[in-house]
Amino acid sequence: MDQVAYISMKNIVKTFGKVVASNHVNFSVHKGEIHALLGENGAGKSTLMNMLSGIYLPDGGSIFIEGKEVHFSAPKDSIAAGIGMVHQHFKLIDVMTAEENVILGKKGLFFRKGESRKIDALAKQFELDVDLHKKVSDMSVGEKQNLEILKVLYQGARILILDEPTAVLTPQETRKLFAIMRKMKAEGCAVIFISHKMNEVMEITDKITVLRKGETIQTLNTAETTPKQLTDLMVGRAVDLTIERLEQPAGPELVQVQGLTVLKREGTPALQNVSFAMRGGEILSVAGIAGSGQKELCEALAGLQKVKEGKILFQGEDLVGQSPKEIRRRGISMSFVPEDRLGMGLVGGMDMVHNLLLKQYQDQKGFFLNKKPAVEKAAEIKEKLEIATPGISKYPVKNLSGGNIQKILLGRELDSDPEVLITAYPVRGLDINTCHKIYDLLNEEKKKGVAVLFIAEDLDVLLALSDRILVLANGEVTGIVDARTATKEQIGLMMMGQKATELEGTAVVENC
Amino acid sequence: MDWWISFFSAAVVAGTPLLFATLGGIFNERAGHMNLGVEGMMIMGAVVGFSVALATSNAVAAMLTAAIAGALGALIYAVLTVTLRANQVVTGLTLTIFGTGFANFLGQSIVGQSTPAAIKAFFSNISIPVLSQIPVLGPVFFQKDIFIYFGYVLVILSGLYLYKTQIGLNLRAIGENPSAADAASVPVTLYKYVHLLWGGALCGLGGAYLSLVYVQSWQTSITAGMGWIAVALVIFSTWNPYKVFLSAYLFGGLSILGFRLQSAGIHISQHLLDMAPYLVTILVLVVLSMDERKSAGPKSLGIPYFREER
Repeated sequence: MDQVAYISMKNIVKTFGKVVASNHVNFSVHKGEIHALLGENGAGKSTLMNMLSGIYLPDGGSIFIEGKEVHFSAPKDSIAAGIGMVHQHFKLIDVMTAEENVILGKKGLFFRKGESRKIDALAKQFELDVDLHKKVSDMSVGEKQNLEILKVLYQGARILILDEPTAVLTPQETRKLFAIMRKMKAEGCAVIFISHKMNEVMEITDKITVLRKGETIQTLNTAETTPKQLTDLMVGRAVDLTIERLEQPAGPELVQVQGLTVLKREGTPALQNVSFAMRGGEILSVAGIAGSGQKELCEALAGLQKVKEGKILFQGEDLVGQSPKEIRRRGISMSFVPEDRLGMGLVGGMDMVHNLLLKQYQDQKGFFLNKKPAVEKAAEIKEKLEIATPGISKYPVKNLSGGNIQKILLGRELDSDPEVLITAYPVRGLDINTCHKIYDLLNEEKKKGVAVLFIAEDLDVLLALSDRILVLANGEVTGIVDARTATKEQIGLMMMGQKATELEGTAVVENC
Repeated sequence: MDWWISFFSAAVVAGTPLLFATLGGIFNERAGHMNLGVEGMMIMGAVVGFSVALATSNAVAAMLTAAIAGALGALIYAVLTVTLRANQVVTGLTLTIFGTGFANFLGQSIVGQSTPAAIKAFFSNISIPVLSQIPVLGPVFFQKDIFIYFGYVLVILSGLYLYKTQIGLNLRAIGENPSAADAASVPVTLYKYVHLLWGGALCGLGGAYLSLVYVQSWQTSITAGMGWIAVALVIFSTWNPYKVFLSAYLFGGLSILGFRLQSAGIHISQHLLDMAPYLVTILVLVVLSMDERKSAGPKSLGIPYFREER
């Protein structure tokens, strides 16, 4: 393209304390282009985009819009320049309606007038499905995303930045989002797309810029590259991308869940009559839209949730009503990783050794703690899982990157040699390389004969890694299918509430 | 019947300092700031207003300086919690301790002095034509002094401001999610300063009304915990300015219940009656916190905002 780049960022530098997040980064986008930013966690993608949207101030370098240099000191400067960012964590006000969220920050008007018609027209133009009078707290993730896009378009954005927009969407919602992105491209807007999902990047984008450790590695035309090349560029060396499914005969049924019903705090059911079995040496995955009961399922299995009805049989013995400690002693281990990773499981302000002690102390006698075994264990886990930390003691785990935190959490759980491993979102927000390390760990446990319950979001991974997939929709099991034969579309529909038995061509393994 | 009318009428007067302080607290908390310095800002307004009244006998000047004193107290709080992002609870507590000390020190020489006659005259009751003739409601609400009428207007204006204007929408957004407001180009820091200072000014006005009109003389530690009740009333009113009508006058009534019962010849220990407003405050907080949705205030209340936080 010969025209002047729409946005061009030159020699951008940004440091946080001692960490260099962006090191002389160059990046430019043209009109009518969908441009992907690829990179591992901590490669500086979000940092770069936060500078473009005026949230961070660059320490060095310059930003040009249509050839003219601009300086953003606040988000409002960036919005005025036509840049709109849809953040990974939506910036919406839950208690307000869609319309209120859209007109937020509007200037000049003292009293709010009916802007609805203008907003409606814009939504129609870009085929965004948003009910303006609905409260954000009542919206699905997909609706919230549409609202975010509508909001930035209303603010006059011609350059749309989408930071991992598909991480929490169903395949159907993702397709809709892509249609909107193509529409924007046709209208002459530019779209910057950040994603860890390689197939999506290959499908939707025109150009790809790869970042690694805060530096620009290369900008490529999507048509002329391959996922393999991109991953190698991201990681800096050749990587094996295939997710291996360990083919082995499933062992005996270790856990039987029968008619499990769990209530939310408000008294509405979070899980309704859920039944399934977990076998040793098998990975059973759970798919579902966020908040379909995954959290409650994990917590019920670990004894942290009050069970209204139903049984959880472990080797024939009912675990319902047993204390978490008792359940743990029997060899059921849970590594539940909530959205914020540190919320459950690890104490952010403590170092690795003390985090291990949190579980180890139970086996110790006497009043004072013996730190020695934990120190040894920490060193062992660090070695085995390749955890990058400045020190196993005196270095708070919250300062580590997400991948390393995740590895500590898993390492601690695996250390107790569990017979049942429950793991929720272990790869959430992790880059490809670290993801594969975690998959390998799960496969290793499977090989040992452990029954693994794996809750995750990426359907491609679920299909490639697991043996069977259980789909939850609104707290009900819509089906358990064989991962070898199921398709993404089938699972997507089941996530929306369609029963597996009602779908054509679905291989139902077990029906409840 | 006359006893009741006179009781309700007095409740409105007693509730007026609370009305102003609670409104002030609502503006603070809607901006995402838990300000426990209400008591301190009230008493600063009370002493400055009273001193200026003694010196000038000018009610408008007294009230204006009281508002400025409250706003200055709030400025200390705002610099610490907005710009320096200090802990809001500790800063608020400190402001209360500072304000009380400041007021008692400044008020040492005027202890026992009473409100000048010119000021009393300024705050004499005015009957509103027609409205004041309504039975019961007339004498209770419409035969009052000018400041109480100002309070009515202020409650309604505050509600309109918060719920019907763009600025109000932006302010509510800051209390809920400042980074969302920031991303929508709302100047978060400016909004926080303006509404913290405005809240402080309202607390100062409430304090001045207390010393000049309600008590009509200067006493050491004149607010006697009224600011703390106002902090609770912010929650009782569920951060809604309109509901301050109900909460402020209800608690105004509770605070005078003791005198009234005594004068009616009912003998209950004064100490027990003194406890009433505080006891009811605790009860109200317990009842409100049973319903999570209602007691949930602005979501970012008490959390400092830093744009570049990672």
